[in-house]
Amino acid sequence: VTSVTVAGPDRSLRRRRAIGLTVCVAALVAAVVLSLALGARPVPWADVIAGLFDPDPGEIAHAAVRQRIPRTIVGLVVGAALGLAGGVMQGVTRNPLADPGILGVNAGAAMATVVAIALLGIDHVTQYVWFAFLGAGLAAMAVYVIGSLGREGATPLKLALAGAAISAVASATISMILLTRIDVLNVFRFWQLGSLGRADLSQLALVSPFFLVGCIVGIASARGMDALALGDDMAAGLGMRVNWIRIAGAVAAVLLCGTATALAGPIGFVGLTMAHLARMVTGPNYRWILPYAAGFGAVLLVVADVAGRVVARPEMLDVGIMTAFIGAPVFIAIVRRQKVREL
Amino acid sequence: VSTAVSAKPALPGAVVAVGRRRRRHRQLTVIALLVLALLLAWAVTLTLGERTFAPAVVWRVLGGEDIPGVSFTIFDVRLSKLIIGTLAGFAFGLGGVIFQTMLRNALASPDIIGISSGASAAAVVSITMFGLRGRAVATLAVVAGLAVACVVYLLAWRQGIHGSRLVLVGIGMGAILNGVVSWALTRGHQYAIAEAMRWLTGSLNSSFMEGVPSLLVPVAAIAPIALWLGSRLKALTLGDDLSFSLGISPGRVRLGLIVTGVGLVSVATAVTGPIAFVSFLAGPIAFRLLRNSGGLLVASGLFGALLVVVAEFVGQNLLGTRFPVGIVTAMMGAPYLVFLLIRANRNGTAL
Repeated sequence: VTSVTVAGPDRSLRRRRAIGLTVCVAALVAAVVLSLALGARPVPWADVIAGLFDPDPGEIAHAAVRQRIPRTIVGLVVGAALGLAGGVMQGVTRNPLADPGILGVNAGAAMATVVAIALLGIDHVTQYVWFAFLGAGLAAMAVYVIGSLGREGATPLKLALAGAAISAVASATISMILLTRIDVLNVFRFWQLGSLGRADLSQLALVSPFFLVGCIVGIASARGMDALALGDDMAAGLGMRVNWIRIAGAVAAVLLCGTATALAGPIGFVGLTMAHLARMVTGPNYRWILPYAAGFGAVLLVVADVAGRVVARPEMLDVGIMTAFIGAPVFIAIVRRQKVREL
Repeated sequence: VSTAVSAKPALPGAVVAVGRRRRRHRQLTVIALLVLALLLAWAVTLTLGERTFAPAVVWRVLGGEDIPGVSFTIFDVRLSKLIIGTLAGFAFGLGGVIFQTMLRNALASPDIIGISSGASAAAVVSITMFGLRGRAVATLAVVAGLAVACVVYLLAWRQGIHGSRLVLVGIGMGAILNGVVSWALTRGHQYAIAEAMRWLTGSLNSSFMEGVPSLLVPVAAIAPIALWLGSRLKALTLGDDLSFSLGISPGRVRLGLIVTGVGLVSVATAVTGPIAFVSFLAGPIAFRLLRNSGGLLVASGLFGALLVVVAEFVGQNLLGTRFPVGIVTAMMGAPYLVFLLIRANRNGTAL
């Protein structure tokens, strides 16, 4: 009898994952510290520490530091949601360019939310988060259907362009509504660019159940995504229910993107870049990719937000602009790496 | 006509001549109809609106008569926007179809592959951060448009240029450049939605008579060159070897066309912002109207102009609030993009 070595992850891969995890945790801590310490208003370290642990209500510097706490926490959650959603979408569509921003899902969520706020007069996050889910779901479905029609099925090019078309309609609609309600424009502005400027912990608490369900469903379908990566027939042969995996992935992505957009507006490129980074660190296994993508996404969003506060002092650059600066070059690099017939 | 040809076996030369005459006829008809539609759109825009004027009054104002209260609306508000909208639309349509034909891909229009965004970013940075205006803004926009075209082309080059890769690289580039636009708007002053609309989706709201020369002069200078080079474009679509044997140097024609196409789109963007999807829409629709009968470049320019003028009228008068033209064209362009995608094959899609 020949002994069969079980093809587990080899040692170098395990080491890479361990190093990746360490770096991710260290980066998270550093990002949180930076996010609390740096802002549009420069605050000395002594005041940062005093502001966190022994705040003096009369001190403006302390108040500024305390304002950064919700912003940081919401940034972590939104980033993790977008990173995880990007990984899930790449797994479900088997498409290296899938991202909640590029495929227009976030734009759809933002459009539905703004329409609901303007037409139905609702203004509470527990109300409009449902419209964010609705918009995200409709946009995801539309993009996937449009991208799949035609001869070759859902190629990355067609999905990306369908996403661009949906985003164009969504942002034109948002603009139309904002222009008719110029009075509330400053409140609504973040629906166009994506920003953490309105971060609010009580809102976060209200939508966190959706975020948690999205995380659980997403990570639970990771094994199915690994099978999907082999092709639909192979996955079915392995005993997977291909359609159920796709539906579970779509539900997870919609919950995560809808939550993130309801909290911070449409933000692109986080999922795209961080899922690829996670894949580079962990290898092609989605059970590893997804949690790492969530961790890296949290780091990226907080770091991008900090950078946006610092580079344009005394103004703040919205985090959606910063993630485009960071993520779009990665997008181009991924496009360049693909073979033409895979696009 | 086809039955007539088949019934009487004609000499091959005669058949070709009939086809040529028919195409010539169709080409002239389409162009004449587009000009007519454009004139009609002008007449409607000048007379109807928030205030409606009798055609005779409009005619007298255009003839130079100064009628208090009326002249300003017709001459300074409506006519200036019409002139700038028409010129910009013509430039967008012509520039767009040059790219689409040259790259043999309808998706590779300057507004989809990031060139318009580059010109827009240069214009808004030079205006809000350096306080430039007029000719300097247009020059910088053209330089930036050319630079972005070069960068996109180089980044998309990997053992040759392929349509899909070019379009995707261009989309990524567009995301960065739109970020630059938003950055410049945030830095300059309080984020003003009207300005943001202009530089992200295009608007004629800040078009006045003073702005006409800075658009008219470059378009009048570049468009004839583009049309002349474009008459040689047909040969390029046959492939480099064949066009070379026809006595056309493909490299030079292509370079000239890229420069003029980018130039047209960029000077227009410097004045109106990148009016969404006009470059993308004009070429394919003009092509459908003409059905391969030639005159594609002129017809695309005219259709672009018609599109901008009509969309501006719709945005200003028919939707309740005054919306900038770019929002209306975005609403029209996106469904057409979806339609093209559904029909597209892997190589993108020819016109």
